[in-house]
Amino acid sequence: MDILAKGIALAGCAIGAGLALIAGIGPGIGEGVAVGRALEAIGRQPEVSGQVTSTMLLGCAIAETTGIYGFVTGLLLIFVAPGMFMGRLG
Amino acid sequence: MNITVEGAKVFWTIKLGLPILGDLEISETIVVAWLVMAIITGLCWWLTRDMKIDNISKKQAAAEALVELADNFVISNMGEKFRYFIPFVAALFSTSLISNLIALIPNPVTLFTDFDSSTTILESLPNANAFRSPTADLSTEAAWAIIVFILITRQKIKTDGFGGYLKGFTTPIAVMTPFNILSELATPISMACRHFGNILSGIVINGLIYAALALASGALLGLLPGILGEVLAKIPVLSVGLPAILSFYFDWFTGVMQAFIFSMLTVQYIKNAAGD
Repeated sequence: MDILAKGIALAGCAIGAGLALIAGIGPGIGEGVAVGRALEAIGRQPEVSGQVTSTMLLGCAIAETTGIYGFVTGLLLIFVAPGMFMGRLG
Repeated sequence: MNITVEGAKVFWTIKLGLPILGDLEISETIVVAWLVMAIITGLCWWLTRDMKIDNISKKQAAAEALVELADNFVISNMGEKFRYFIPFVAALFSTSLISNLIALIPNPVTLFTDFDSSTTILESLPNANAFRSPTADLSTEAAWAIIVFILITRQKIKTDGFGGYLKGFTTPIAVMTPFNILSELATPISMACRHFGNILSGIVINGLIYAALALASGALLGLLPGILGEVLAKIPVLSVGLPAILSFYFDWFTGVMQAFIFSMLTVQYIKNAAGD
């Protein structure tokens, strides 16, 4: 039963890590749309390309936040959680 | 292949026994933060030596350009009446920038001494001993985010009054109060976690790629026959090149970008707190 409990805990960590990284879809789609609009703007008015590019990068880095939340959760589940759970289960 | 993702090493603990806070732990975060502070203070002192009014030297021109950059950044975003925020925002930006970029500098203390007797120098090379950024520890960003949160709240109370500030939570309907409180608390949490997550993910991904390439080169060179294979397999040949290219994004771009975003968000939130 001890092995079973440890197995279930580790399996839970692994499945949770996989599910956590589904959060990567959001920034991918959002930033793709943002870059598309930026390219349209540059195509319409090539002289604003510097300003449009830097504003687009700033916006992308802020939209990246929720993807990073999911990534850090996945990292914690893979590297930190097994140690914690193994310590509790003995 | 043993990969561990650890926090900062604790060098020394001062036993204080405070009720909630516990002991004072001098960890690698704090020591490298002192180094960052020494670098910034030394740079500021060196840039402002021997200043003249006419015929300025290039050093003074660079110093004036930096001050103008900070001035323009704060005033163009916040307006003339927030001049007193320029030192704070400039300090925040420079501390964050130098803290993020200090991970590129090899640590002279541990570069050649951080191996035990069972490994040779060649085997311990993939450990990539550089200074650990103080921003790779959530405590650093949490401290900055709490300070910024206090500044935002102070600006809101100064603009609307304490009653107006509390009433602002019940707009537009009284039912929205818990959501407004949550979104207010989400501001410092998201600022800290965004910065921390970007820097930590850079460290983890670089470490994983380094170790994976070392393993791959060990497997590849181990195919050579006999003692030649055994000796050459320990040299991580394939680890040269790709981590350096990746570090352009993870260290340079992310480091500068996150410092800039933290400062920009500080400025924008305080301006919004004063504006509406």
